[in-house]
Amino acid sequence: MADFLLELRCEEIPARMQAGARAELEKLFRRELEAAGVKHDNLRIWSTPRRLALIAYDLPAATEAVSEEAKGPPEGAPDAAVDGFCKKNGVTRDQLELRDVKGRMTWFAVIEQPGRPMAEVLAEAIPAIIRDFSWPKSMRWGAASISTDSLRWVRPLSGIVALLDGEVVEVEVGGIRSGRETMGHRFHHEGPITIGSADDYAEKLRACHVIVDHEERARLIREGAASVAAKAGLTLVADEGLVIENAGLTEYPVPLLGRFDEAFLDVPPEVIQLTARVNQKYFVCEDAEGKLANAFICTANIAAKDPAVVVDGNRKVLAARLSDARFFWEQDQKKTLRQHAKGLERITFHEKLGTVAQRHERFVSLADDFQGELADAVPDAREAAALLKADLVTEMVGEFPELQGGMGGYYAQAEGLRAPVVAAIRDHYKPAGQADELPIGDAATLTALIDKVDALVGFFGADMKPTGSKDPFALRRAALGVIRIITERHLRLSLERLFDAAAQLYRNQGIEVANASTDLLDFFADRLKVQQREAGVRHDLIDAVFALGGEDDLVRLLARVHALQAFVGTEDGANLLAGYKRAANILKKEDWRGPEGEIARTGEEDPLALVDDPDLAPVIAAKMAERHAAATQLSYTPEPAEKALIDALAVAAPRAAEAVQTERFADAMAALATLRAPIDRFFEEVTVNAAEAEKRAARLALLARFRDAVHRVADFSRIEG
Amino acid sequence: MSAVPAFTPASRDPARSFQDMILTLHDFWSAEGQCVILQPYDMRMGAGTFHTATTLRALGPEPWNAAFVQPCRRPTDGRYGENPNRLQHYYQYQVILKPSPGDIQELYLRSLAAIGIDPLAHDIRFVEDDWESPTLGAWGLGWEVWCDGMEVTQFTYFQQMGGFDCKPVAGELTYGLERLAMYIQGVDNVYDLAFNSAGVSYGEVFLENERQMSKWNFEVANTEALFDLFAKAEAECRNALSAGVPIAAYEQAIEASHVFNLLQARGVISVQERASYMARVRDLARSSCEAYAEKMSPEWQTKYPGWSLV
Repeated sequence: MADFLLELRCEEIPARMQAGARAELEKLFRRELEAAGVKHDNLRIWSTPRRLALIAYDLPAATEAVSEEAKGPPEGAPDAAVDGFCKKNGVTRDQLELRDVKGRMTWFAVIEQPGRPMAEVLAEAIPAIIRDFSWPKSMRWGAASISTDSLRWVRPLSGIVALLDGEVVEVEVGGIRSGRETMGHRFHHEGPITIGSADDYAEKLRACHVIVDHEERARLIREGAASVAAKAGLTLVADEGLVIENAGLTEYPVPLLGRFDEAFLDVPPEVIQLTARVNQKYFVCEDAEGKLANAFICTANIAAKDPAVVVDGNRKVLAARLSDARFFWEQDQKKTLRQHAKGLERITFHEKLGTVAQRHERFVSLADDFQGELADAVPDAREAAALLKADLVTEMVGEFPELQGGMGGYYAQAEGLRAPVVAAIRDHYKPAGQADELPIGDAATLTALIDKVDALVGFFGADMKPTGSKDPFALRRAALGVIRIITERHLRLSLERLFDAAAQLYRNQGIEVANASTDLLDFFADRLKVQQREAGVRHDLIDAVFALGGEDDLVRLLARVHALQAFVGTEDGANLLAGYKRAANILKKEDWRGPEGEIARTGEEDPLALVDDPDLAPVIAAKMAERHAAATQLSYTPEPAEKALIDALAVAAPRAAEAVQTERFADAMAALATLRAPIDRFFEEVTVNAAEAEKRAARLALLARFRDAVHRVADFSRIEG
Repeated sequence: MSAVPAFTPASRDPARSFQDMILTLHDFWSAEGQCVILQPYDMRMGAGTFHTATTLRALGPEPWNAAFVQPCRRPTDGRYGENPNRLQHYYQYQVILKPSPGDIQELYLRSLAAIGIDPLAHDIRFVEDDWESPTLGAWGLGWEVWCDGMEVTQFTYFQQMGGFDCKPVAGELTYGLERLAMYIQGVDNVYDLAFNSAGVSYGEVFLENERQMSKWNFEVANTEALFDLFAKAEAECRNALSAGVPIAAYEQAIEASHVFNLLQARGVISVQERASYMARVRDLARSSCEAYAEKMSPEWQTKYPGWSLV
């Protein structure tokens, strides 16, 4: 058993690529070992900006010997065939063996693959790993790059340490020979370090100011930043992304706290935090009241002679950045949001869907249309609707696009707009996903809905639906947002009406959008299924309710689905489902088309049935009701079980229908539950396919009525199980 | 007999003199990078990368090491001399080393030490920053170099230029001279920089220039004349291309690019027109680079058998 150390040293690897590089190194190393038939599971992978390191513990000294047999041509086959077989297997003719295969003598080659020393396997593996390594972006360099075939790496590769059990595994890749020498910290250590083996690697580097374990560096930054904040009487604003990024930028991280001019705190805290984080990779802190403090924490890569010098330099850079931010903040406020919004006339929303200014017009009209619970919020929402996107043309959002919405809120507040209007501007992008919070207040709920519906209707109407993994306009997220707002706020509204109204507003502006309500409802059904899965709601039950058609009120739909899920979980529900499926199967098998179908078959077709004249519809309906009534008038004495089902249905069907009508879905399920015993008994005792045509027709009609009664509650044929 | 006393150069003081910092960089790259020390290109351009010593010399197989100061013109960055670190005219120090030497990072860090930046007193970092110039059909990978959080240099390994793979790859360093000097001299306002050791400040040299040029860039420049200049540069570029003198064509592309920047500063190019102007400039620059590479290829191939442009 031996430990193997591989270090690939290069110029600074981008921080964001290091996690992927560690995974890639592991994957390729495992691939090579597997190809050599070595089962191995004890790996450590580390990265710093200047090196990728891998240690494989307890590797066998050699691969296992393998003996393979190959069956060749039969004895007496032409020489050419036998020679070809020998060549293919790398053996000579005298090494072949003759064996009896089902009474026929056949040539066999026995190929003995001796075990290979691990050093040899690794010497082949290392160049393969380096050449096959996939980086998000790679480059060529140096004199060798006179040919485009030269080695590629993320940045110039400068050294390879490869030690198996302390011995150098000799390889050469792209002109770099492996060895046991590496480099320490760029500034804290001069000259090469000699590594003895995998055992002393991390500690030797540590002595030269390199902490090779990325997780240890992350911990040092996380804890160090928290501790310097605490020393200053502040609390670190945790930012794990920033921890990892700084760990990827340093080999010897030293968090240092500095202060910036308090006057900058006039600028919104999000702006300061973003300026510090995005541009400078600094942490920020909060004071005891949870307010942003005038402090930053930078992570140096050296134990500086005088840390104050480093802090002061960073402070100046941050001050310049914050000056820019404050300049934007002040500059943007020289105009009102309404004035900024004028600038949206030049901004295209999408080439097929007009400008952003036109969106504002539609938002206002769509807000005006709102009824129901949100009706009281219409005036506020309407005011906000004309300003929702105004911040897109401000300097600040130009600099920090992630502040869209939020900045609009700040500017709205600064110009003295009322709180609900401010919230309606600030929160209209919410929720930005399953985990994000909902907009606060009714006006914001309204604007959040309007923004999303307008986009969904526009892009679907212009045939730019998401496909597969492509969703460039984030329509899935928009639909999810609408679903979350409606279901979590229990808003009662017809999606289809909303979609149609939104589409009409596009058309009023001369923008052609097709009617996509049906597609959109299907899209929402899909999104709802995905979203509800987490809440434990069965997707087939959502289908069973959606399949009834005409349901575009998500609150009602979910209430029905919940009741249904509770019901099918009971014994009555499960049995009723079985009864339903059995009835439906029989009807399908018998090709039952109802009284009308039977009439058609008997040649007594009612000519009126084909008439589409709306004036005649009630007449036809009355006629058909008569027919249906006739079908329930039996010309024979029903069997007890048949009678029982007829009676039960006569009570349960209207009860279920009425309960559905009044949205008492649990009652509807309870009504269906009363059918369970009668339907079970019916199937047990009654022969549907009776010899007498009349009996058969009446019983099929009875089953059809049973099926239809159940179906009015949900399409049970969609339910699994 | 000579009545003229011998001249002994004074030692450089890069920490207290802008020009000494530049001269120190010249000394350094001349000695350590075996660079030709060039003078600025005598045309208005937005970045040192536009200098033919960088763009055109990055093409082809021949080794090329050069260092030079290039004045850069960014009309829209003008602030009438009122902003402490934004200028419409400033200096970049460019180093191009082809092929990129294996110790280019160490060379660079030593050049910083030469002008007074001690890497154990200041936190020097190589932070990912890839470079791309669609105008030149060029891109490369590299970093921005941070000194205590401030970007002081753009460090790029050119991978493509003029749409051609760089064979071999050149390493390019672009130092922001004013920023670096402000840092080293410890001043917060660019105009307070000591230009030399004899008491002349950067402001004395450039403040009035910034005021007048900002006004001209933003308010005065005759836009009709600029549109005319753009059209003429474009036509002349085509003329030079068809006459087989791509270096001359490239100069006209640079000219067109700068005139476009002036038109931008005058605010007379609409958002829609902007894209089309940029595409025209790009087309001129790329065509010139391509024509240059194609014209030089036979010579390069003779000197480097087996080498090919594509």
